[in-house]
Amino acid sequence: MRAKFVLGEVGTGLRRNLTMTIAVIITVAVSLGLFGGGLLVRAQVDQMKDYWYDKVEVSIFLCGKVSEAQSCTAGAITKAQKAQIKEDLESLKPVVEQVYFESQAEAYERFQQQFKGSPLAENATVDQMPESFRVKLSDPTKYAVVASAFQGRPGVEDVRDQRQALDRLFKALGGLQAMALAIAIAMLIVTMLLIANTMRVAAFSRRRETSIMRLVGASNLYIQLPFLLEAATAAAIGAAFAVLSLVAVKKFLIDGVLAETFKFTSFVGWDTVWTIAPIVFLTGIVMASVAAFLTLRKYLRV
Amino acid sequence: MIRFEHVTKVYRDQSRPALDDASVDIDKGEFVFLVGASGSGKSTFLRLVLKEESPTSGRVWVAGKNLGQLSNWKVPTLRRQIGTVFQDFRLLPNKTVHGNVAFALEVIGKPDAFIRKVVPEVLDLVGLDGKEERYPDQLSGGEQQRVAIARAFVNRPMILIADEPTGNLDPETSVGIMKLLDRINRTGTTVVMATHDVAIVDQMRKRVIELEQGLVVRDQSRGVYGYAR
Repeated sequence: MRAKFVLGEVGTGLRRNLTMTIAVIITVAVSLGLFGGGLLVRAQVDQMKDYWYDKVEVSIFLCGKVSEAQSCTAGAITKAQKAQIKEDLESLKPVVEQVYFESQAEAYERFQQQFKGSPLAENATVDQMPESFRVKLSDPTKYAVVASAFQGRPGVEDVRDQRQALDRLFKALGGLQAMALAIAIAMLIVTMLLIANTMRVAAFSRRRETSIMRLVGASNLYIQLPFLLEAATAAAIGAAFAVLSLVAVKKFLIDGVLAETFKFTSFVGWDTVWTIAPIVFLTGIVMASVAAFLTLRKYLRV
Repeated sequence: MIRFEHVTKVYRDQSRPALDDASVDIDKGEFVFLVGASGSGKSTFLRLVLKEESPTSGRVWVAGKNLGQLSNWKVPTLRRQIGTVFQDFRLLPNKTVHGNVAFALEVIGKPDAFIRKVVPEVLDLVGLDGKEERYPDQLSGGEQQRVAIARAFVNRPMILIADEPTGNLDPETSVGIMKLLDRINRTGTTVVMATHDVAIVDQMRKRVIELEQGLVVRDQSRGVYGYAR
């Protein structure tokens, strides 16, 4: 293999098709940037799930004096009922990891904190607050076990899973992520078509050279390699830009803005960025090479 | 060296065969003229030898190999044993004389040292010494064809195929090219030349294969161009 010859051809080809090369670099950068962005959002959602599911509890609200639920027709919960629930919860171990009783006073305090400054807080009284058991599950998806055991039991007003509220948020994030990936896939297809077309033009503009190469018995590898390397080089440059934009998103958007504004949750770290970067980079090069290879097989046949 | 056994070639979307049951046997070291009107099948004959086309039926043998059984990846190896020259020279305008000839060796992976050694030798053989650094547009037609011949011959092929090599040249220049092809033939290289040039065929007195509408109508050693008519 004569590396000097092949590399010389690659350089000539890239310069000769400069506008096309730039177009390829830009589309590769944009499509891979979106692709990487989609992966980043997914990592973020996964991380938030881990973070939040770890904190969520199942709340068993108990009947108070003012409860209207059917299971509360007998009035406020009795001490015996309370003790029974506590005992039953303990028996559900290890599904149930921890049980914590929240009294009316504690509930009031929390309510006041949550609705600080709102008329709701000013009008609420300790009496209106429900007592509850806060149950932490070892596996947050096992909510049904607790619900079926306590929902509708006399003295229990309601069993509520915080996870359901979170699931709505994650669904929205999941939709966002699916959209980013859909756009990325569309862009990747556009990029492959553009590369295919670029290769066609490149093969056409060098048809004189390639026809002579075929004539004197150059192997397919020799004829096609410069074109393949050309596509791969342009894709590598575009992919490098995509990786840079990922780094910029992490540094300026996530660390600079989001993490400062939304302190209640954690955001993806640099390790995630460094895992996604090589995936993005390799996807770019493989995609370009495959597109180029398929086109060349058609236009540079022996 | 080249053998056609009942070769028929029908191109797609055409009813009349371009080559019709042609059987020809060309030995090593022969000089053969392929004559006939345009569309008689000369180019098809040459393309079949290079395996740029495959026959519809029949067998083509080149250098002891049945081309029908030659896998695609071995085609380049076959073509390294065949030099080809065209009417329109097909030189690369952005390369010098030396560069054009060296290109043929570079693309088949020959080492630099080898190229530095053999390119001047072959340029000397075709009579272009001293013009190594010229570009094709600084050369006459005859000189350009000499570059093309040098490129075809630099890898010392067993067969040299020439498709109307004198078609664009004046008679005097053509004689020079024919002398060169004759000299190459004397080194043991089989030469197959398709041509319309009556004077050259009559003068050289070599074997003549005449095609008419795809049929081999004449195969004569030491022939002239218009014998059959």
